[in-house]
Amino acid sequence: MNILRTAKGFWSSIVLAIVFGVVMQFLITGEIINFFYVNTLYFIGINIILAASLHLIIGITGQFSIGHAGFLAVGAYASAIITMKLELPFALGLLAGGVAAAIAGLIIGIPTLRLKGDYLAIATLGFGEIVRIVFLNIEYVGGASGMTVTQLTTWPWLFGSILLTLIVIRNFTNSTHGRACISVRENEIAADAMGINTTYYKVVAFAIGAFFAGVAGALYAHNFFIIQPTNFGFLKSFDILIFVVLGGLGSMSGAVLAAILLTIVSTFLQSFPELRMIIYSLVLVLMMLYRPQGIMGTRELTSFFKFGKSAKGGVNS
Amino acid sequence: MEFLQQLVNGVSLGSIYALIALGYTMVYGIVKLINFAHGDVFMVGAFIGFYSITILDLGFFPSLLISMAVCAILGVLIERIAYKPLRNATRIAALITAIGVSLLIEYGVIYVRGAQPEAYPSDLIPATSLDFLGVKVSSQSLLILGTSVVLMILLQFIVHKTKIGKAMRAVSYDMDAARLMGINVNNTISATFAIGSALAGAAGVAFGMYYTKIEPLMGIIPGLKAFVAAVLGGIGIIPGAMVGGLLLGVIESLVSAAGFSLWRDGVAFVVLILILIFRPAGLFGKNVREKV
Repeated sequence: MNILRTAKGFWSSIVLAIVFGVVMQFLITGEIINFFYVNTLYFIGINIILAASLHLIIGITGQFSIGHAGFLAVGAYASAIITMKLELPFALGLLAGGVAAAIAGLIIGIPTLRLKGDYLAIATLGFGEIVRIVFLNIEYVGGASGMTVTQLTTWPWLFGSILLTLIVIRNFTNSTHGRACISVRENEIAADAMGINTTYYKVVAFAIGAFFAGVAGALYAHNFFIIQPTNFGFLKSFDILIFVVLGGLGSMSGAVLAAILLTIVSTFLQSFPELRMIIYSLVLVLMMLYRPQGIMGTRELTSFFKFGKSAKGGVNS
Repeated sequence: MEFLQQLVNGVSLGSIYALIALGYTMVYGIVKLINFAHGDVFMVGAFIGFYSITILDLGFFPSLLISMAVCAILGVLIERIAYKPLRNATRIAALITAIGVSLLIEYGVIYVRGAQPEAYPSDLIPATSLDFLGVKVSSQSLLILGTSVVLMILLQFIVHKTKIGKAMRAVSYDMDAARLMGINVNNTISATFAIGSALAGAAGVAFGMYYTKIEPLMGIIPGLKAFVAAVLGGIGIIPGAMVGGLLLGVIESLVSAAGFSLWRDGVAFVVLILILIFRPAGLFGKNVREKV
């Protein structure tokens, strides 16, 4: 009974989302909303994918990774090589970006996920920097001057990727595996004692998160005309981290809301870059001092519609 | 000879890393917090030194002292405002606050004075160089090395011979027991931040003298590398930070000498990841089993 009810809500929300996507498509092709807003929309979409993918690593599995821009970079460059150098179709580039980033996630995840807390954070930060420096030194992808990419990211591709990301991450969270990941977040030693293979789940969550970051990287690369290693410094990682932290560690709708909100705010503050960073950092510090659990805590948006019942999905703490 | 020359360069650079790493390691030893803002205190130190040399027209040593004093105050302020309320919060919250403070200082400085770099005056000390076994040792590297060595000896003296040093060691060993013994933990932590930040300020001035170019975002990479140095030597261990800093400086110089200067920044992080995987307690640390 309960399964049926959630399933019903699940399908109706997908139908609603598709209707929204089709309406937006008409608005874009009919040029009812102008170029500036379309661009902002693309930005928001890419950031939603990034926020949701990092949410799986930090919010659900509790692994504090601050090198997410590294996966973004791997996805961006891998897809750009596929479409620009090998001249294969964009869909393949999208997939290749995700797969390359997932492999990078496995390579960095298997050795470093034995580390905890601060040490993992620093190791992933180091990984992100290494990726940036590697791309800086490879002449094949243009070195410091970057690589030119044609604009292939369109609304259907972007919207499809967002939908896929959110569905996969939501279903993963609600599955047995997701619950295992949540138990790792809550107490790793206890989870281990209950017979959960903590390393396995940490690596799986890391790889899935990296995969979607790579897809976002592919979309990111094909939305701009040029990609450069400087775009993927650790400021970018912090940007993504801020979405997750502000939205609430452990809440996917929180991460998505924060991504939408902050992208809009930063788009309007584009002409004052310093002020934007000052506001960002102040928000971060004040948030940690006064509301460390973020906007949503670990609750999901749907929990507001179920009065008197605890939310399904994330664990209430 | 080329090898020896690079070794000398590496030691000069490494002593700057060591000075910053000392602050990281002391703060981590006591409050278990990676103080990301430490690299930015270093940057502020470089700018204070620059302004006292150019605007106040002071010599090297007075500017060094001013810069150390201002940085000490800044460090204590950061601790009191941002970190103290989070003493009992989760580690992630503290780490994110540290990142936030770091960004705030960087972009605050850019907002106040702009992002353009500044050139350090090079005529502050006579630019002579000693020839030693065919290796050129410039007076600047000697000055930097001398300053760092004196400061490190001073730090050892403070930590091992004075009352506040004893309190620091006690707090880092067991904060609650130290509190029960009547040690003022808050003052001790502030003192730690003051001393660590003063060392970062000195490193900032030394960095300015050595590289002659300073800018508001310059603290990020040396800050991260100093953290790598602290981890390399075993975080929380003061001699470890010195050795780690020197070692990292030498490794970097040798990598540049081998013709891979573009990969220099990457090598530090590779060293970090290797050390974290194979010897997470660092070169000087002992492995401690985690208690449940």
